[in-house]
Amino acid sequence: MSAPLTASAAAAAIAPGARPATGFWRRALRHRSFVLGAGLSLLVLGAALLSLVWTPWSAYDIDVASKLHPPSAAHWLGTDVLGRDIVSLLLVGARSTIMVGVIAVGIGLTFGVCLGLIAAARKGWIEELIMRLSDFTFAFPAVLSAIMLAAVAGPGMLTSTTAIGIFQIPTFVRVTRGSANAIWAREFVLAARAAGKGSFRITIEHVLPNILSILIVQATIQFALAILAEAALSYLGLGTQPPQPSWGRMLNDAQTLLFQSPMLAVYPGAAIAIAVLGLNLLGDGLRDLLDPRLARER
Amino acid sequence: MLRKLCVIAAVAMLTAAPLPSLAQGKKDSVVMGMTLEPPGLDPTNAAAAAIAEVTLYNIYETLTKINEDGSVSPLLAESWQASPDLKTYTFKLRKGVKFHNGEPFDSAAVKFSYERAAAPASTNKDRSLYQAFTSVTTPDADTIVIALKYSEPNLPFLLGQASGSIVEPKSAPTDVTQPVGTGPYTLGSWAKGSSMTLVKWPEYRNAAAIKLAKVTIRFIGDPAAQVAALLSGDVDAFPRVGAARSLAQFKADPRFSVLIGGSKAKTIVGINERKKPLDDVRVRRAILAAIDRKAMIDGAVDGFGTPIGSFYTPGSLGYVDTTGINPYDPELAKKLLAEAGVKTPLELSLKLPPPAYARQGGEILAAQLAKVGIIAKIENVEWAQWLSQVFTGPHNYDLTIVSHVEPFDLVKLTEPDYYLGYKSEAFNALYQQIMATPDESGRAKLLGDAQRMLATDAVAGFLFQPQWITIASKKLKGVWKEVPQFENDFSTWSWE
Repeated sequence: MSAPLTASAAAAAIAPGARPATGFWRRALRHRSFVLGAGLSLLVLGAALLSLVWTPWSAYDIDVASKLHPPSAAHWLGTDVLGRDIVSLLLVGARSTIMVGVIAVGIGLTFGVCLGLIAAARKGWIEELIMRLSDFTFAFPAVLSAIMLAAVAGPGMLTSTTAIGIFQIPTFVRVTRGSANAIWAREFVLAARAAGKGSFRITIEHVLPNILSILIVQATIQFALAILAEAALSYLGLGTQPPQPSWGRMLNDAQTLLFQSPMLAVYPGAAIAIAVLGLNLLGDGLRDLLDPRLARER
Repeated sequence: MLRKLCVIAAVAMLTAAPLPSLAQGKKDSVVMGMTLEPPGLDPTNAAAAAIAEVTLYNIYETLTKINEDGSVSPLLAESWQASPDLKTYTFKLRKGVKFHNGEPFDSAAVKFSYERAAAPASTNKDRSLYQAFTSVTTPDADTIVIALKYSEPNLPFLLGQASGSIVEPKSAPTDVTQPVGTGPYTLGSWAKGSSMTLVKWPEYRNAAAIKLAKVTIRFIGDPAAQVAALLSGDVDAFPRVGAARSLAQFKADPRFSVLIGGSKAKTIVGINERKKPLDDVRVRRAILAAIDRKAMIDGAVDGFGTPIGSFYTPGSLGYVDTTGINPYDPELAKKLLAEAGVKTPLELSLKLPPPAYARQGGEILAAQLAKVGIIAKIENVEWAQWLSQVFTGPHNYDLTIVSHVEPFDLVKLTEPDYYLGYKSEAFNALYQQIMATPDESGRAKLLGDAQRMLATDAVAGFLFQPQWITIASKKLKGVWKEVPQFENDFSTWSWE
């Protein structure tokens, strides 16, 4: 994980109060990985939105008589083992995926950034406590904490999403504190302090705006990780529960059919790959675009 | 990096290449695959069918032997006689039989085994049978006389099950890990979680007839891995394999023989009658009317099942087709729910154990119930959770799907703590009457009545009798096709 390092390096380079250049969109459209990443991410988002209003078939309708049909005009990618339309399942699955990503990253971002800002502003034993606690949480992989939560609260989308969210908190705490510390050492913060502003105001007015771009980049990467974690948990049966479609569970269902219909595993696998690749490219692109030093070098 | 990859690839090829050839070219040993690993090796103290699959007729023997066609033949008993009322049986035991540890087999060992199974602390799955013995007497070392509380025409069959294995008194407490029986095989080694070997016992009374000197049993739970292991030749035989979907491939492959046999198992939708509104027979009949058994069989077990209408399987004594009592009729289901005053949507929990028939069947069931206004909330659970939440303990569930593999277990429905929670004085009385009727045609008639009663009371969502698939190397002979109970009799196996 080199993201926190590059992120703090980027923070050090951002000029006080600097905003991304006005030609941001012009530069963005010329940035290949950003365009590709944004395109793929929008594709997934579009699929999820589309599934809210339209799917070729119902993703919940089971029709055993037409199970495992090959691709046809009626079923563009064929049907699964219970006769459900693959395209519809993929579309609705995108919704679960995005929902899990948004909620998990939301949990991680909210708690992580708050704690990270407090640690940077307060120092002393509070900082020690927060950082040691986040080290402690960091030691538990998301899958393990999800299994623990599932044992207590029963498996389900809510449990798995919460577990992934909790797992993401320490990452955000570290990134936030590291880059916030760099801002706190700057002269303009000293000036604000001399002018009599309190830690809270300085944090809100000076620190947060200056680390925002780093957080955005980090959030995109964490979003991709959340999607992977959700797929893994659903594959293990701890995530999204049937009949709610999910890419991870589609993979699990396809596993026993690898010899007969290998394509059943390829479709959800490709969907997960597209979503994760898109978000990673988008994150990379954003980092380049929001980092003035890298922008100048180009 | 590239060099490293090349080295890895070369090593992988070297280690992978000899594997398929391992299974070939050996004439006195065999590798068998099994889905579940047994928790121990004492079939008289735990219910897991996997124990019987390893031990029955191989390590331990019973007085009688249940054959492939369900008939009963002598094993440790040479012959037996029943009294006219079928309440007293006299078994003549085989002479000169020894246990693996050298102790002699005699009537005292039989008496010890049966009394141990009936003891209050016994965890034998058929304890109720052994507790129905009023006396077990040993007139001499080769004779045993069993007296029962009721007529039991099936006693010779029942004693041939793994729960009736004869153990040696001194070694019995350690049978779980160091099994001692009279059978042709002893435990060689056990690598927990991976495999087990059984080796031929040279002092077996009929050692010359035992062709395989060594049997390796590999535990492979994942159906895709089971198929791969068979195709690569890593295992020679896989009874009850999860390969229904790859069947066409195996049938077309000249290396394999594919055996599809019947079973005495019943796959059902368990309905918790302790809970409201499921205590109302109209609600239960509505659930049954919402179930399309054909779609269930096609979707859950790829068509390998026969529809059943009651807790009884085709081919058993007195079987009647009761599938017509609760036919598939969604409109009737809605009407029955309305009659019972149930507000739809009715939300019910559906707890599903791991096997594919339950998980996939559960999704189909949920979709079928949704059409009549019942929302089944699926909850996938592990076996341990299923056993502790659904089967024993608090019976905390509304619906479940499970396959009952034991033959002739109507008695379970008379037990007050059984997980289905069925309480019917009429059925209990009928069951007592069946037990008290020695002649076969009279029993058959009463058994028919019992099946109709269970169907009318909609005790559970009776779905289908599953069929078991066995895939074995074509050169391996003597592998059973029909499976009256979970067992693998290695004494009949041999290489061509």
